[in-house]
Amino acid sequence: MTRLTDPYASSRETTEGTVFSVTGGDWDSLVTEIGATKEERVVVNMGPQHPSTHGVLRLVLELEGETVTEVRCGIGYLHTGIEKNTEYRNWTQGVTFVTRMDYLSPLFNETAYCLGIERLLGISGDITERATVIRVLMMELNRISSHMVALGTGALELGALSPMIFCFREREKVLDVFEMISGLRMNMAYVRPGGVVQDLPDDALAKIRATVKDLRHSFKDNEKLLVGNSIWMKRTEGIGYLDLAGAITLGVTGPVLRSTGLAWDLRKVQPYCGYENYNFDVITADTCDVYGRFLIRISELEQSLRIIEQAVDKLEKLAGQPVMVADKKIAWPAQLSLGGDGLGNSLDHIREIMGTSMESLIHHFKLVTEGFRVPAGQVYTAVESPRGELGVHLVSDGGTRPYRVHFRDPSFNNLQSTSAMCEGSMIADIVGAVASIDPVMGGVDR
Amino acid sequence: MGLEEKLPSGLVLSTVEKLAGYMRKNSLWPATFGLACCAIEMMAAGGGRYDLARFGMEVFRASPRQADLMIVAGRVSNKMAPVLRQIYDQMAAPKWVIAMGACASSGGMFNNYAIVQGVDHIVPVDIYLPGCPPRPEALMDAILKLHEKINTEKLGPNREKIIKEVELAAMNAKPTHAMKGLLA
Amino acid sequence: MSEKGAFGAHGTGDTSGYGGLVKSKATPGSSERPYGSYFDDVADNLERAYPDFADAIEGVVIDRGELTLHINREKLVEVAFILRDKLKFEMCLGVSGVHYPDQIGRELHAVYPLLSITNNQRIRLEVSVADGDAHIPSLVEVWAGNNWHERETFDMFGIIFDGHPALTRILMPDDWQGHPQRKDYPLGGIDVEYKGAVIPPPDNRRSYK
Repeated sequence: MTRLTDPYASSRETTEGTVFSVTGGDWDSLVTEIGATKEERVVVNMGPQHPSTHGVLRLVLELEGETVTEVRCGIGYLHTGIEKNTEYRNWTQGVTFVTRMDYLSPLFNETAYCLGIERLLGISGDITERATVIRVLMMELNRISSHMVALGTGALELGALSPMIFCFREREKVLDVFEMISGLRMNMAYVRPGGVVQDLPDDALAKIRATVKDLRHSFKDNEKLLVGNSIWMKRTEGIGYLDLAGAITLGVTGPVLRSTGLAWDLRKVQPYCGYENYNFDVITADTCDVYGRFLIRISELEQSLRIIEQAVDKLEKLAGQPVMVADKKIAWPAQLSLGGDGLGNSLDHIREIMGTSMESLIHHFKLVTEGFRVPAGQVYTAVESPRGELGVHLVSDGGTRPYRVHFRDPSFNNLQSTSAMCEGSMIADIVGAVASIDPVMGGVDR
Repeated sequence: MGLEEKLPSGLVLSTVEKLAGYMRKNSLWPATFGLACCAIEMMAAGGGRYDLARFGMEVFRASPRQADLMIVAGRVSNKMAPVLRQIYDQMAAPKWVIAMGACASSGGMFNNYAIVQGVDHIVPVDIYLPGCPPRPEALMDAILKLHEKINTEKLGPNREKIIKEVELAAMNAKPTHAMKGLLA
Repeated sequence: MSEKGAFGAHGTGDTSGYGGLVKSKATPGSSERPYGSYFDDVADNLERAYPDFADAIEGVVIDRGELTLHINREKLVEVAFILRDKLKFEMCLGVSGVHYPDQIGRELHAVYPLLSITNNQRIRLEVSVADGDAHIPSLVEVWAGNNWHERETFDMFGIIFDGHPALTRILMPDDWQGHPQRKDYPLGGIDVEYKGAVIPPPDNRRSYK
C-alpha cells in the first residue's frame, strides 16, 4: 500500500502542491511542515460532516490567514435520485417521494407537486374550498416549524444555545398539530392530487386556536433574547451581504431576496390556493445582511399566525364540505381509520365498495393499482416555500406515471450565492451567511 | 486493546465486565452524523421535550475522536459512503452504531442507483431502528436497547469466544432466500 | 411519442395480449395567434426587439395557461439577452432536462422557466438537441444562477453546455459513469429479499403502466 493510495496518510504530493490530511497526530509537527512550504494560502475543507454546515454540505475554503479568498460548495452528498424514482410510480405515489426532498417543509413540496398535477389534469378550479383552506393552513404551520429550525440551528451555529431549545420547543407544538391532523410529525404525504387525504378531526380547530395563542406568547422568548442583542448584532450585521442585482442574477428568492428590499412573495404577486383572500404583510428588510434575514424570518412567523387564524375561521364556516375533488376517476378513494388490527381502510368504505356500489369498487381498484391518467403536456408551478420559490416542472406523456418531475428547489439556487456572500470575509462569517441562506440539503441534492 | 484484555477469565473478569458495561452505557456521546429527515427527529430528541440529556447524551460531539456512538440518521448516498466510513474509522474503540430510520437500515423507500442499501454495507451496525422518520421516543427506545447490549458486553477471552460463536452461527445459517416460510 | 404495452416490465411471460398494445400519445402542438392573456404582448415585443424572430423560434406552444417558446440552439444566447434586457425577464429559474428517446433527432430537451419581476410574467424556453450532438450554449453569462443548474443537467442527462466556466458533475460522485436520469439508464435498485421470495426493484417489476 503506497502512501499515495492510503486515504488516511498524513501528506501526499499533488499537482497543486502538498496536501495534508489532518487525521490526528501531532499538530506541532504538522504546523512546522506546512510552515516550511512558505505557502500563505491554505485550502481547507469544511467537510460534509460538520456541525455547522446545515447538513451534508462541503465547503472548500481558500484562506489567507483568517480571511476567506474563495469559497466553493460541494453538494451531492444527499443525492437520492427522487426525481428518477417518481418516473416508476404513479402520480399519487409520487407525493410520498416528493415530500422527502426538502424535509423541513414537506407540505410545500407536496402542494407544489399536486398543484402541478391539477393544472395538467385541468381540475384546478374543481378543488373544493375546504381542501384549499386546509392546504393553506398546513402550509403556514409548516412555515412556522421550518423557520423554527432555521432560527434555532442558525443561532446554535453562531454560538447561542438557548434559542435552539426554545425553537424546538415551539416546533414540537406545531408538530403536535400535524400529528393530530395527518398522523405523522414529518413527511406526512397529506396533500394528494385532488385535495387532501382526509378531513380534520373534530377537535382540531380548537387545538389549533390554542396552539396559536401559545405560540404568539412563546415567540417573544426568542425575540427578547436575540433582537437587539449587541453580541448577536455584531455577529450578524453586515455579514453575508448580497444586494438586489446579485440576488436577481443568481436567481435567489425568499427571505434572502426580501432582505434586499424587494417585496417579492409569490403568495402576494402570483397567488395560488386562494392566498389573495387572506390579510397578511410581506416582510422586507433593506440591510441585505444576515441580521435583516433573521428579522424577516421572525416577522414572518407572526404573519403565518395571522393567516392560520383566518384559515381556522374559514374552516369553521366550511364544515361538512368534502376535501377531495368530486371526479371519482381522480379522487383518492379510501378513507383510513384505526381499527382493532391497526391502520387500514375504514369499514364504511369497504362496506360500500363490496356491498353497495360496483362503480366504487372499480374506481378503487383502478386508482390504487394503476392510478389516474394525466393528459400529455408540461407545466411549471411555483409556491413560496420558507426558503424561496419552490418550482415544479412536470412533464406528462398521457400515462399513469410522471414522465419527468423536476423540482427547482430554492436552496439549490440560494446556496450558489455563498461564494458571492462570503469571499473576502472571515471564516466565522461563513457560518452565519450559510445559516441565513437556510439551505436544506435534501432539497439541494434531491 | 486495554487492561481488560489481559485479565484472565473468571470472577474478576465478570466483575470488570459489569463495571465497564455500566460505565460505558451511562456516558455514551453521540457523533453528529445527521444526514436528512431523521437528523431533524434526532435533534428533536435532543431538544426539550424528548430529552436526551437524561442519558448524558445531549452533547453531540462534532469530532469523531471524542464520540463513541454514531447514529447514522438519514439516507446515505454513494457519494457520502466513503465519508461515513472515514468518520467511523476515526472513532476510537469502543464504538457502536445505530442505524436510524429505514434508509440507514436498508435503503428505505429509495431502492435506486444513488443510495447505499443499508449502512451495514459500510459499517457494522449494532441497532437497527425502523421508521420514516422514527419518532424521538423510538430513538430513545433504540438507545435503551443499546444500553442493555452494552451493559452485557463481554471482555477479554469471553468476548473472543462470543465473537467466534456468532461468526460460526452466521456462516452456517440458512440464507434468507433459501428459508421457506409461510409463503412457500 | 408512443407507449407500448400495458405492463411495466417486459419479458415477464405476459400472456394477456395487452403487451402488444401500441398507444400513441399526442403532446400539445404549436398554437396559432391570438395566444391569449399576456402571451401576445410577449410575442409582439420579442418580434419587435429581435428581427430574426422567425429563424430562432421553432414553435410556440400555449398549453395549460403557459407559453413555451421552442428556440433554435444557435440563437439561444441572443434571444436570452433580448428577453433579459428588453423584455425584462430578469430571473431564470434554472434548467430542467428531459429525455425523449422516441423523438429521433431531438431527444434531449433543456427547459428554462423565466420570470419577469417587473411585469409579473412567466414564460418558458425550450431547446432540443439530438443525442449524439448534445451541445447547447451556456446561459451563465446571461443569468449567473444557471451555473449549477447546467452542471446538474449535464450530470443527469449528458447535455454539454458550451461556454460554461466549470462543467463538472455536481450531484453524482466525480468519477461516476453514465447519466442517471436518461431513460436508458436503469433505476439501479437491488432485489428485496424475503424468506423464499424476492421482489425486484420498481423498474423490473410486473405492474400496471
